[in-house]
Amino acid sequence: MSQLLEVSGVSVTFDGFRAINNLSFQIGAAELRAVIGPNGAGKTTFMDIVTGKTRPDEGRVLWGEKSVSLLGLNEAQIAREGVGRKFQRPTVFEDQTVADNLMVALKKDRAPIAVLLFKPSKADHQRVEELAAEIGLSDQLQTQAGILSHGQKQWLEIGMLLAQEPRLLLVDEPAAGMTGPERDHTTELLKEAAKTRAVVVVEHDMDFVRKLDCKVTVLHEGSVLAEGSLDHVTSNQEVIDVYLGR
Amino acid sequence: MIRLFLTALMAVLFLSSPALSQNSETDELGPIQSILQTHFELVESASRRTVQTVLDDLAAAELPEVPAFLERWQARELYLHEESGLFVYVSDEDADPLVMIDIDTGAEIGTAGSREIDQLRPNRGVQTVIGAALVEFQLLSPDIETRATALAAIDRAPEAEQMPLIATMIEAEADDDLRAQAEALLTRMTIAFGEDDAIRVTAIEALASNITVEARATLNPLLLTRREVAEALPDGINLAEVLEPGDDLTIDEAYEMLVDEDIAPPFFGPDELRDILIANIVDGEVAGIPVHTLDTDEAREVAYAALVEAGVAEPSLTADERAELVNAHVYYEEYRESSEAVTTAAVETLRSMNTRVQALEMVDLTLDGISLASIYFLAAIGLAITFGVMGVINMAHGEFIMMGAYTGYVVQTIVPDYTVSIIIALPLAFAITFGAGVAMERTVIRWLYSRPLETLLATFGISIALQQIVRQIFGAQARPFTAPDWLAGSLAFNDVVAISYIRIAIFVLGVIFFCLLWLILNKTRLGLEVRAVTQNPSMASSMGINPDRINMLTFGLGSGIAGIAGVAIGLFAQVTPELGANYIVQSFMTVVVGGVGNIFGTLAGASMIGFFQKGVEWLNPSNTLAAQTYMILFVILFIQFRPKGIVALKGRAAEM
Amino acid sequence: MGNLMKSNRSVPIVLGVLAGIALLVTILSEAYGTGALSTSLTKTLGMTVCLCIIALAMDMVWGYSGILSLGHFAFFALGGYMIGMWLMYARTEDVIAASLAQGQLPATPAELSDAIAVQIFGVVGGDSLPWMWAFSNSLLAQLALVVLVPGLLALVFGWLAFRSRVTGVYLSILTQAMTLALSLYLFQNDTGLRGNNGLSGLQNIPGAEAIPQSQISIWFLWASILALALAYVFAAWVMSGKFGNVIRGIRDDEARVRFLGYSVEGYKLFVFVVSGVMAGIAGALYYPQAGIINPDELAPIASIYLAVWVAIGGRGRLYGAIIGAAVVSLLSTWFTGGRAPDVNLGFYVVQWVDWWTVLLGLGFVLVTLFAPKGLGGLVDLISRKDAK
Repeated sequence: MSQLLEVSGVSVTFDGFRAINNLSFQIGAAELRAVIGPNGAGKTTFMDIVTGKTRPDEGRVLWGEKSVSLLGLNEAQIAREGVGRKFQRPTVFEDQTVADNLMVALKKDRAPIAVLLFKPSKADHQRVEELAAEIGLSDQLQTQAGILSHGQKQWLEIGMLLAQEPRLLLVDEPAAGMTGPERDHTTELLKEAAKTRAVVVVEHDMDFVRKLDCKVTVLHEGSVLAEGSLDHVTSNQEVIDVYLGR
Repeated sequence: MIRLFLTALMAVLFLSSPALSQNSETDELGPIQSILQTHFELVESASRRTVQTVLDDLAAAELPEVPAFLERWQARELYLHEESGLFVYVSDEDADPLVMIDIDTGAEIGTAGSREIDQLRPNRGVQTVIGAALVEFQLLSPDIETRATALAAIDRAPEAEQMPLIATMIEAEADDDLRAQAEALLTRMTIAFGEDDAIRVTAIEALASNITVEARATLNPLLLTRREVAEALPDGINLAEVLEPGDDLTIDEAYEMLVDEDIAPPFFGPDELRDILIANIVDGEVAGIPVHTLDTDEAREVAYAALVEAGVAEPSLTADERAELVNAHVYYEEYRESSEAVTTAAVETLRSMNTRVQALEMVDLTLDGISLASIYFLAAIGLAITFGVMGVINMAHGEFIMMGAYTGYVVQTIVPDYTVSIIIALPLAFAITFGAGVAMERTVIRWLYSRPLETLLATFGISIALQQIVRQIFGAQARPFTAPDWLAGSLAFNDVVAISYIRIAIFVLGVIFFCLLWLILNKTRLGLEVRAVTQNPSMASSMGINPDRINMLTFGLGSGIAGIAGVAIGLFAQVTPELGANYIVQSFMTVVVGGVGNIFGTLAGASMIGFFQKGVEWLNPSNTLAAQTYMILFVILFIQFRPKGIVALKGRAAEM
Repeated sequence: MGNLMKSNRSVPIVLGVLAGIALLVTILSEAYGTGALSTSLTKTLGMTVCLCIIALAMDMVWGYSGILSLGHFAFFALGGYMIGMWLMYARTEDVIAASLAQGQLPATPAELSDAIAVQIFGVVGGDSLPWMWAFSNSLLAQLALVVLVPGLLALVFGWLAFRSRVTGVYLSILTQAMTLALSLYLFQNDTGLRGNNGLSGLQNIPGAEAIPQSQISIWFLWASILALALAYVFAAWVMSGKFGNVIRGIRDDEARVRFLGYSVEGYKLFVFVVSGVMAGIAGALYYPQAGIINPDELAPIASIYLAVWVAIGGRGRLYGAIIGAAVVSLLSTWFTGGRAPDVNLGFYVVQWVDWWTVLLGLGFVLVTLFAPKGLGGLVDLISRKDAK
């Protein structure tokens, strides 16, 4: 099976602290994956590297069928390549409406002049409505994003990522601070998304990971400790030591 | 015979003149008078060859009045009273009768009609000999002023004959400075008048270790050249340089030389051409060409050619002909000094002097750089705390500096002693600006911690208000704030390297501040709390630290330091309401370049900016504006490569 | 355009008000109306309109993009210098040609240009035209430079700054450094723009010597108002659509926009350059009315005042910038012009010429603290009442 993203031998050091240590990771074109690990395991740094925010000291990050290296690209270029990222804190444009938020995210030419001359077509409006329906915000289309609830903001952000039509979705703790029903909705959203693309979910919450029901990668001290089904990794003695030892 | 006559005469005078009687009461002649009388004839009709005897005797007498006497003798102010045979001065040479004055005591000794008295007129040769003796007297005078004056007089118009005199003086001279001056003068005279090249070259080479301006000025005249032109390079000249036309001098300059030497006919440039044409306007035409068409150089050339054709104007050479003529000659610089050995030695010596001077200039430049860096550091260090540690942009920082300087001024109007006033002003300025800073933090800044750009604008508002209020109170013109005497002047290592005491003081102050702040931030409870609050305010407050109090104190500290810096800066800068505004942009750049949140960064930033600016000034000394421009451009570019400054925090810490 | 009028209600209102002002001033003017409005006051109004244009440009970068530029007067002054070069050259050329025509021979081109150079640069000891004056004889070329020079400066500076991701306060300080550097550079006598003498006599329009200043001032007022109207429509258009959303997104959350795949640097650069060009055009209209330009105009404090105007007027709402610039600069003119009545407190007479700056400074602190939306916030209150 061909891999969508292949990270191999990546290391990064901050002021002598080795945040990522010879990390290797692969994910296929349509796959849901959960990445877990204790604090400081390097989960966020791993996402920073893939999205171009942090440059690794060594290693390779290859992308797509043509195995393009992502290391030479900046964040925006990587995003245009098809990598979407959701932050831990919901980040939406709070003084713009839900519709505007989604419209900005729609996959279109991103060059300033093209954006300046952009006029939304009927199809675009329709797509925005579809997305809103998908994330459950149809009634809030003209609402300012700033007054949405925490969970709604999380969904809006996921919706914006979907609007981007990424091939790989990196999601950082999507369920944090959500109520039970909200979590379920989120799980559905991610599972649905993973049918057509790769989705990597970084999560603390074991219950949530269990609901995702997917392959799990355990990170520890910047490298992969174990990989497999949740049951498989939770029975791994090393993983137990790491979690209990914290 | 004359003695006898004289004695008889005295007896007569004794009765007739009370003035003379005084003298004869002692029945003795004054010491100078008696020497003169001993050599009566040599004095009366002095000749260049014989007068030396008299002078030697006078010298041997070692009398203090001798130099004054020689001066008057040389200036033809010595008279012979025929009747008494005495040499006298007169008080007013146009009076009649003349009042006679004793040459030893300076007392009036009677009057005489103008016929009874003869002016002694030593000829030029005698005057010269007397002059030399006089200089010798002066040079060996016990009075240091006299010696210095005499030396300076020689320096103004040196003559070869004076060299032995100076040599004699040097041997006897007790004063070090004066001896050094005399030695330098002797060297210069040796170079100028030395008997042969070897002596002169030795003297020149002896200067090599000397870097004074005078030493360099001694050698430069030896290397004066004159520009010459010839068909071929002549032999037997002391050649300095051959000039290539078009390279070392322009073709036009070369042609100009040819014209001056009458080798080539004069060339008319556009201006002369115009004058010639104007001179030949007849009925609105020049040589048949209408004047109004002569509005290009080409048309004017044509008209001129027509004038030449008509025989009205002299022909001028074409550019090619001129170039050909120019190229047919050689142009060179010839030393005015004819001895090649001397000029070569001078060139070599100057070169080695310049090397030394340049090396010393680098030292001086380094000192300048350090001192400018200290000023920037002082101005910026308070900002490094408020901006760097707290992230607050205080545009009124400059006004705190200004307030510090005005505090110094006000204290000085009350306490007249400069030293005491500065000792009072330093803590007072700290107290005042600390208070102002705390007040500002409490009333304005604390509401804006989450809005840094608005802090910038609000503090700017405070800044212009403070400036204007100070202008209202103290006026717009500069106020005097004077450094005490012990800070005036400068520490000069030699002619090239010098640094003013005030800059040393500022450097020392900068070092003290640096150490003090480092200690406060790293070794005290306050510093610990400050760092805790900056890094994580909520965590800090949960640990019992009151962030409000810490912010207030930190801001006060930064402001107070600005006040102290203001006292220091006010000592050398003009104390005006704009004083602070002149430093604010540089201060911000210092902090930004150095790296925020770190006093080592501020130190590095101030050093880099200070040295860079001095370096540019050194490359382009006439233009400090350009230096500042380039310094700012440099900072803008530097930020490209190190956006977080020289001392940058890395990793997650940098994002806080 | 029609859409814009509907989507942004401020556009028709602002255009209407501007047209009204143009009409009113014309009716009251010395040249075409009752003469109630003096020529100097007309010029003040025209200059104020130009300041509104640069305030608009400032709002685009600060209010919308979150880039607090403290160096916008560099662009403004460069625009002024560019048009000033033509004004000064062309007028000097007329004067010199007239005086050379008195000579016995007609002047050659070289004599003419030498005489012009001496006339213009004699004051700084120059006798030839510097290279940058190569196009000063052509109005069209200098008009092009009015756009190109500030645009190029904005492009180069913006590219350097945004590329290295300098943001926030650091960027503000860098822009301030930029204008300070330029001003210090221009203060030198040998940089080709007459050092601290600057360019003067700009109110005399070449070829229009016979036309009185009262008429010229009205023409410039019209031109300035037209430019402001166009700038307003343009800015409103740029900020209304998806582009505006992206720009405001950058202001509020730069990283989000970047991870959406937008090249944040490119957008910032675009807005910065557009804004710089607008400022340059504003300057080119301003200085012929002011009559003189010198390097003092680029002093950092001028650009900080610009930020103050925009903040007082209210950021991120275009008309706020115009209100702020107009209100504060007209008030400044009134107070510092000596026309404001002094306030006698009994023990002290407050002279506004002196105390206006203090009032402005403290007023600004108060606005920042208590009315972060500025005067534009009042508009919100009114329209909310309307809605009820």
